[in-house]
Amino acid sequence: MSGARSSTWTVQGIARAMLPLLAVLTVVEVGSGLVLDTFEEQLLRYPSLLVLVPVTIGTAGNLGSILAARLSTAFHLGTLSFAPDDDRLLGNAVATFGLAVTIFPVVGAAAWLVTSITVSADLGFVTVVLVATLSGAVLAVLAVVVTFVATYAAYRLRLDPDDVVIPVVTNTCDVLGVLVLFAVVRLVL
Amino acid sequence: MSVREVAVDAYREALPVLAASAVGGLFAGVVLGGMRAELEAVAGLLVLVPALLATRGNVYGALGAKLSSALHQGLVAPVFDLEDERLRAAIAAAMANGVLVSVFAAVVAYPVLLVLSRPSASLLTLATIAFIAGLLSGIALTVVVVFAVFVGYRRGLNPDTLVGPVVTTTGDVFGMATLLVAVRLVLALGGG
Repeated sequence: MSGARSSTWTVQGIARAMLPLLAVLTVVEVGSGLVLDTFEEQLLRYPSLLVLVPVTIGTAGNLGSILAARLSTAFHLGTLSFAPDDDRLLGNAVATFGLAVTIFPVVGAAAWLVTSITVSADLGFVTVVLVATLSGAVLAVLAVVVTFVATYAAYRLRLDPDDVVIPVVTNTCDVLGVLVLFAVVRLVL
Repeated sequence: MSVREVAVDAYREALPVLAASAVGGLFAGVVLGGMRAELEAVAGLLVLVPALLATRGNVYGALGAKLSSALHQGLVAPVFDLEDERLRAAIAAAMANGVLVSVFAAVVAYPVLLVLSRPSASLLTLATIAFIAGLLSGIALTVVVVFAVFVGYRRGLNPDTLVGPVVTTTGDVFGMATLLVAVRLVLALGGG
């Protein structure tokens, strides 16, 4: 029994396999935390923006990871080519943008609503919806670019896209989520 | 399939998942919005927020993925039994990774704040908050992930497709809620 036990099922084995990647991703995430910290004053003054932070980061990461998972499966099935006119690439890109412009306005409206119930209406309804929608649209385009580049890089480097692309894409999109939200807030307010 | 068919298919498949995790994200946002006093009391805390939320997804998402692959391969039985060596190792490793990486985030953030001469609470305060939050969210998310994977599998659902949405939805909520508990605890003990 002890001979058959592989290191993928020991505490040290699992920790050793994951910790290096986790450490790198954490450094990247701390970078986005520093960006967040630079606009702390604005976030504290306008709680609706603070409410938008986790959901914007999370949804951006999800858009990327769902797209990455789909491309990765298509890649394993051999139905994906990296030609710019590939139907599967284009269709998934269109869907990602469509999902963002569906979800983000609703998220903005909900963020405004819960803030006005729990704290007070600090910013106008239209402003919050606009911030969320613009951020979402920009993030969808970025998520598509990041995912395509990461999946193509994994393919060229002969890595399994399942192992590397999803964590890289999710965390990159997290960071971009903060940056884009910050840029849009500066533009709109 | 045409571009249109691929797009419609992908859109329909992803919308419910995205909507569910957006609800989770909004709950997390409400907690963060209600944490303004704590954010002001503990300078530098906001720097940790993205890292802590991402760690929850990375670590417990991987635990879920590992357990669902193991179920498919018959390496683990879908019962919560801490006598099971593999299950115990997977959980212990996830908890250790989660706590270690949380504290690591504080250790990375602190010197950067110092170098940039931004206000920051002490390293001990930030690291203790990260440690407590990592531990508490680890316990909560382990229970959720193991439960979702095993119960889903027993009901005939594919745990592979279940893990992602479950972790992204609950990870943000538990991540923020346990961060709030940790900050309040540390502030009550005199940190800051």
